Amino acid sequence: MEDGDQVIKKFMYMNRKSPYGTIYALESLEVVLIAAAFDQDVSLVFADDGVYQLMKGQNTEEIGMKNFSPTYSALGDYDIKKIYIEKESLEERGLSLDDLQDLKYEDEDDDWAEKDSIHLVSREELAEVIDQQDVVFSF
Amino acid sequence: MKFGILVNEGPYTHQASDSAFEFAKSAIEKGHEVFRVFFYHDGVNNGTSLAVPPQDDRHIPNRWSELAKDHSVDLVLCVAAAQRRGMLDEDEAKRNGKTSNNVAEGFRISGLGQLIEAGIQADRMVVFGD
Repeated sequence: MEDGDQVIKKFMYMNRKSPYGTIYALESLEVVLIAAAFDQDVSLVFADDGVYQLMKGQNTEEIGMKNFSPTYSALGDYDIKKIYIEKESLEERGLSLDDLQDLKYEDEDDDWAEKDSIHLVSREELAEVIDQQDVVFSF
Repeated sequence: MKFGILVNEGPYTHQASDSAFEFAKSAIEKGHEVFRVFFYHDGVNNGTSLAVPPQDDRHIPNRWSELAKDHSVDLVLCVAAAQRRGMLDEDEAKRNGKTSNNVAEGFRISGLGQLIEAGIQADRMVVFGD
């Protein structure tokens, strides 16, 4: 957990709500972007209706709300490389990874090769990942 | 143990704020430290100085203010969430050309960095929300 004087903890941001029905998704994204400046070990989870946050082709014109979904594709630039999608949540909603944005990051340790940020995990596997965290923020 | 608390829901509408308060109070009574409560989403409304609940009900913002005063708990309202919802302290009101402010005693407005910092410094971070 210690890296010199700097404490590095495992922070998890868990997104469980659909993007526009409530403000949780937008404000969770705001936390994640600020948190990136703190050099912590960050992972994101999208589960339950939260999987809708990453849907491709979002269009909010008719509801007068800002479409913030393009921001997710910038997460790699914020050094956020671990994004977990719960498999059962997708299946229960008739969705697959093809319906979601393809999120990548550039690996500085591998000549900036583009790599997948998204990890599809089962509910059981997700429980293990949650168990490894120091701080879990649930939105 | 050193606790940080995140409150994500507003007063009265949702039990989260009551649960967070009871948790904080009990933890302190048991000898633990609650060094910061961060209010986010509608949770920022816990910090209003303008709430006038019926006299036979609990006064949620006052209850937080008293906890802060008695036990030096740092009550922080997220500035971005607060501005959206019309929660302004004197400085913010001035900066935004508003004629009044409504942040109750013991609360202060600051950035989301204070939440991350609480997560780093706390032994346990406890989230109360929906």
